[in-house]
Amino acid sequence: MPSIYVDHAATTPLSPAAFKAITSQLQELGNPSSLHTHGRATRKVLEDAREAIAREVGSLPSEVIFTASGTEANNIALKGLWWNGKAQGKKVVVISAIEHHAILDPAQWLENHEGAEVVIVPVDVHGVIDLAFLKELIANRSHEIAVISIMHSNNETGVLQPIHEVVTLAGEIPVHTDAVQSFKKVPLSYKDLGVTALTLSAHKVGGPLGIGALILRRAYEIPALLHGGGQEREIRSGTLNAPSIVAFSAAAQERYPSTDVEQLRDNFIQAVKAAIPDAYINGESSQRLPGIVNVTFPGTQSDILLLLLDNAQVSASTGSACSAGVHEASHVLLAMGHTEATALSSLRFSFGAASTQADVDFVMSVLPDVIATGRAAHIK
Amino acid sequence: MKLIAAMSGGVDSAVAAARAVEAGHEVIGVHLALASNPQKYRSGARGCCTIEDSHDARRAADVIGIPFYIWDMAEEFHDGVVEDFLAEYSAGRTPNPCLRCNEKIKFAAVLDRARAMGYDGVVTGHYARTQIGPDGKTLHRAVDHSKDQSYVLSVLTVEQINGAIFPLGDTTKVDIRAEAERRGLAVAQKPDSHDICFVPSGDNAGWLRDRLGSEVGPIVDQDGNKIGEHKGAYTYTIGQRKGLGLTVPTADGSPRFVLKIEPVTNTVVVGAREDLAITTMRGERPVWCGPAVDSTPRTGFVQVRAHGAALRCSYYFDGSLLIASLEEPLLGLATGQAMVIYDGDRVVASATICETQ
Repeated sequence: MPSIYVDHAATTPLSPAAFKAITSQLQELGNPSSLHTHGRATRKVLEDAREAIAREVGSLPSEVIFTASGTEANNIALKGLWWNGKAQGKKVVVISAIEHHAILDPAQWLENHEGAEVVIVPVDVHGVIDLAFLKELIANRSHEIAVISIMHSNNETGVLQPIHEVVTLAGEIPVHTDAVQSFKKVPLSYKDLGVTALTLSAHKVGGPLGIGALILRRAYEIPALLHGGGQEREIRSGTLNAPSIVAFSAAAQERYPSTDVEQLRDNFIQAVKAAIPDAYINGESSQRLPGIVNVTFPGTQSDILLLLLDNAQVSASTGSACSAGVHEASHVLLAMGHTEATALSSLRFSFGAASTQADVDFVMSVLPDVIATGRAAHIK
Repeated sequence: MKLIAAMSGGVDSAVAAARAVEAGHEVIGVHLALASNPQKYRSGARGCCTIEDSHDARRAADVIGIPFYIWDMAEEFHDGVVEDFLAEYSAGRTPNPCLRCNEKIKFAAVLDRARAMGYDGVVTGHYARTQIGPDGKTLHRAVDHSKDQSYVLSVLTVEQINGAIFPLGDTTKVDIRAEAERRGLAVAQKPDSHDICFVPSGDNAGWLRDRLGSEVGPIVDQDGNKIGEHKGAYTYTIGQRKGLGLTVPTADGSPRFVLKIEPVTNTVVVGAREDLAITTMRGERPVWCGPAVDSTPRTGFVQVRAHGAALRCSYYFDGSLLIASLEEPLLGLATGQAMVIYDGDRVVASATICETQ
C-alpha cells in the first residue's frame, strides 16, 4: 500500500545533494574556529556555503548568521531588535495576527517579562494583513515602535504578505520577516525587500533538520541570546554546525519546481471541489505559495480526519498548533473570520518538489470516504 | 476486529493494547485528553490526565507499534462527569465519577465515535471479564478479585458490553507488571492511579469547598437539637465519625456518626452507630448488564462500593426502582453510590441508590 506525504510545509525530504553534503562533511575533522589546517579546511567549506546561501537569498555573506532553527532566528531578531528599541525608549512590538508561534510566543514573552506592548495587525478574510491599520498605527506611534515583524507567507494558508509595502510604511523602524515558508518557493530577495532581518530554515527546502539562519544587516549590533565563543558576529555563539550548513547550502542551490507544484495544487483544489462540493479553500483569492492548500470541510473535526487519513496512508496536517496533543482552533483561521467550529474542521495539504499527480490522485481516492466517515463520527 | 485501545498512560491500558495486537486485532491507541487545563507532570500517583501521562501513552503505543492519537474529550468529561459530581454533592449524595466516566465517556462518546469510524470496539485496561453465553455477551468479575473493576463498569448496557474488550480480566496485577517489563514498556513500574483524576491535590473536601462554597450550617441530633456547626455539608459522608468537631457529648459518651445530609436546609444529622444500619436499598435509573431484572425476587449479591464486599441479598425490579434486601444489616450507606447486583461473578444490573432504610 502506498504511503502518501502531503505535509511538505511541516518538513520536506532531504535532497540528494544535501544528503551527500552532510554525510561527506560528517567525516571531516576540524572546528571552523580553529586556526590550524583542519580548522581552516572546515572554515573554507563553511564560508563557501554561507556565500551560496547569501546568493540564494540576495544578501551579503556577512549578513548570514547561522542558527539551530528558524525559531531561534526569530527569537534573536524579535528580542534583539526590541531590546535595541527599548534602549531608545521604544516599547511597542508590532506583529500580525497570523504569525507562527515562533513570533507570537517571543512577542508575548517580551510583553510578560520585559515590559513590551504588543500591537497586533489584523488580517482580512483573505488572510492578508490590513495595511491601512498598519499605516495609521505608524502615523500615530512611529516614535514608540521598536520593531515590526510580519511573516513573508503564512505557514497554514500559504498566503503571501505585502512585505514591500510594510517596509515602505515602516520608514526607519526595523522590520523583520519570517520567510521560512517562502524561501525558494517564490522570488525572495533580502536586498530588494529592504527588511532589516529575515528568517530562513533549512529543512523546509530539502536541507537537514536543526539548522536555520537569520539574515541581518551588518550595521545592526543586537544583543545575543547565547553567549560564549563569539561566533557569528557575537550574535550567536556556539561551534558552527558545518555538516548541516553545507547541506543547507546544497539544498538551497537546488531548483524548486514552482510551476509544477502550483499545477499539482490547482489540480488538487479542482478535484476537492468536485468531490466535496461544500469544501472551501482558505485564502483562495490571495497570492499564495505554490505548495500549500488549506481546506475547510464543514461538519467535520480535523483531528478525526487526520486519523482517518493516516489510516488510509495519507500524511496531512492541520498546520496549526497542538496544546498537550489536542488540536487548537487555528489562530490564523480565527483571524480570517472563522468560527472555532469551522477552524477546527480545516486541514492543510502541502506539496513539495517531489510531489506527483499520483499523490494527488491517491489522496482523492480516499478523501471523499474520509470526509463522509468524519462527518458521521463528528459528535460535538 | 478493528479496535480502539484507550490508553491512559498507565501500565494496565498499555498491556491491554499490546495483548489486543497480539490477539491479531487491528488496533490504534487513543489517549483521552480529559482535563481542559492539564498539568505538566504527575504529582504523586494521581490521575491520568497530565501531559506526562499522554507522553507515557504515546511512548507505549510506539513500543507496541500501533498508531497513536489524542482525542479531546475535555468538554464531554466536564459536562458529563465533573458537573455531575458537583451536582450530586450539592444534592447531598456521594457520587462515583469513575462510573460516570465509563458510562458517558469511555463506552459512550468514545465507543460511538469508534463505531462511526468503522471500528468494532474499545479495548481498555480494566480488570473485568466478558463471556459469550446463551444470553449474549455478559460482564464478569476479574480473576484478581482484589483488583476487580466490574463495579465501575456496571453502568454498561448490553450494547456497550458488546463493544468492550477487557484483555486483562484473567490476570493478576503482579503478572501484568511483569508482562509490561517483558514487553519493554517503560510504564511497567508506574504507580497505580488513585483517587479522583480531576482532583489532582487529592483533597476532595477542599476541591468541593472551592467550587460549592463553604456555607456554615448546623449539625443536629436525630431530635433536631443543634449540637455543632459544619463548613459545607457536602464534605461529610454517611457513616463518618471523625472530624465532626462536636463539643456536646452524648449521655453515655458513645461516639456519633453522620446519618444524613440534608442539602436544602444545609444540615448534617448525626446519631448512634446502630442508627446507621440499613437492610433495604432502592436504586433509580437501573442499567441491565444482561437480561432485564423482573419483579420476581431472586437471590444474589449486592456491592455498594468500588472495592466493597459482596453482600448476600434478594433483589427485584418494581417497574421503576431496583430494590435489594440484605440478609445482614449494613452500616452507613450513602445515596448517590451505585448498587451493583451480582449473580456469582456475573454483573446483573446496577442502579444509583436513592433511598435506604
